[in-house]
Amino acid sequence: MRAWLIQHREAAADALRRLAATPVNSLLGALVLGIALALPAGGEMLLTNFQRLVRNAAATPQLSLFMTLDAGRKDAAEIEARLRRHPLTGEVRFVPREDALRRFKASEGLGEVIESLPRNPFPDAFVVVPRSESPEELERMRAEFAKYPRVEHVQLDSAWVKKLDAMLRLSRLAVALLAGLLGVALVAVTFNTLRLQILTRSAEVEVSRLLGATDSFIRRPLYYFGALQGLAGGIVAWIIVFAAAQLLKAPVGELAALYSLDFALRALPPADSLALLGAAVLLGWLGAWLSLGRHLRNGDR
Amino acid sequence: MIRFEQVSKRYPGGIEALHELGFSIEAGEMIILSGHSGAGKSTLLKLIPAIERPTRGAVIVNGQNVAALKRAGIPFLRRKLGLIFQDQKLLFDRNVFDNVMLPLAIAGVAPRDAARRVRAALDKVGLLDREKAMPVALSGGEQQRLAIARAVVNRPAILIADEPTAHLDDDYARDIAETFHSFNQVGVTVLVATHHDALFAPFMTRRLTLSHGRLA
Repeated sequence: MRAWLIQHREAAADALRRLAATPVNSLLGALVLGIALALPAGGEMLLTNFQRLVRNAAATPQLSLFMTLDAGRKDAAEIEARLRRHPLTGEVRFVPREDALRRFKASEGLGEVIESLPRNPFPDAFVVVPRSESPEELERMRAEFAKYPRVEHVQLDSAWVKKLDAMLRLSRLAVALLAGLLGVALVAVTFNTLRLQILTRSAEVEVSRLLGATDSFIRRPLYYFGALQGLAGGIVAWIIVFAAAQLLKAPVGELAALYSLDFALRALPPADSLALLGAAVLLGWLGAWLSLGRHLRNGDR
Repeated sequence: MIRFEQVSKRYPGGIEALHELGFSIEAGEMIILSGHSGAGKSTLLKLIPAIERPTRGAVIVNGQNVAALKRAGIPFLRRKLGLIFQDQKLLFDRNVFDNVMLPLAIAGVAPRDAARRVRAALDKVGLLDREKAMPVALSGGEQQRLAIARAVVNRPAILIADEPTAHLDDDYARDIAETFHSFNQVGVTVLVATHHDALFAPFMTRRLTLSHGRLA
């Protein structure tokens, strides 16, 4: 166990030494990997912020219930009670027909038209804010409320929710696709660097085998090399995304202020940052694994 | 300690390097393997650490048939042997100390303990003051002594050397022969292939002579 730990420490130190021995190459490699990773990571950051902005700024989806014109206050009270009992409703607001009339009279242009009508054309209404935002559940609630007695019509302002949902899903898919492609690029880059490493080390590999090195002894520093290079790329990507967020923060804040929105751009949250670094390490390791399998003949000498 | 039973080695292309070879070496012996070049000396030595495998027969090292050893077992066999190669196989990208360190790193010896053993091995071959030097900066004789230090740092019971005095002038060669003898004196089984057998004559060692792949 102790020997095993020592060998891992030595392998990691060896990989670090080799990265440090060719600083320009290592830095360029990290930059290539970093830029490749920064694109999907940046996309993810923008999407997350956009989603937050939408949540903040746009009103949450609402359901409007309109009673029939002949429904009385008693019917309305009964519906109100049922709405409040419903597990999926949040806020329930009653809009009496008199209030609606008053509001429309006050509005520019419409006032005179309303005035000329013989009687109040507005029904009693409810505005319901649901607890859930999933389009399916909203649709189910609409259908259910429409069956309540003396409810004439239920309107669901969900069209935009659906559209937004579809758009976000599409963007996420695009980011995932990009991440997949660039992940492959990262593996390819590591694959090639490891091939060069194996070539440079061919003498060492041969001598080590003759002196009784196991395959894992020979492979270990190379795995570390791939993983560390991936990590370096991940760190560069994180810095790029962080710097971009810092640069965008002020202009985005100004823009948000113009629309009187309370919104500030946020860089990658800790969980996403860790995921980014973890993915970078994993992809580097994978590149190393593929390269070792291809280029490091398991010597039976 | 080492026993060859009916060992033949045929290389691809039909060249038979060794033919029906049988002999044994006892623990603590020093054996000189001589013969003309191409007689099969190197091939014989390579069979012991399983660098080459025999076509037929058994090579028994420490009671284990190396010829039938699984691939995964080979590293552990080699760690018990001290090997000195004809072309030395030093690593020129690291200094003397790190060259000798390699077998200990492979065996997973703790660094502090390992450093002590490296210095002890360098001391035995008289290279202690050159530990920081790069192998290119060493003379031919010093390079050979470095190869010996690397072979003995793991304290092997068996030391195998292939032409350790080739390309060395007489003084250096005598020096190297002396070094092998001193390891044998402390109980190490030594097997040296050489065409300089006169160098080892003073030590009254047993001699195996190969001729065209057969013992003469």
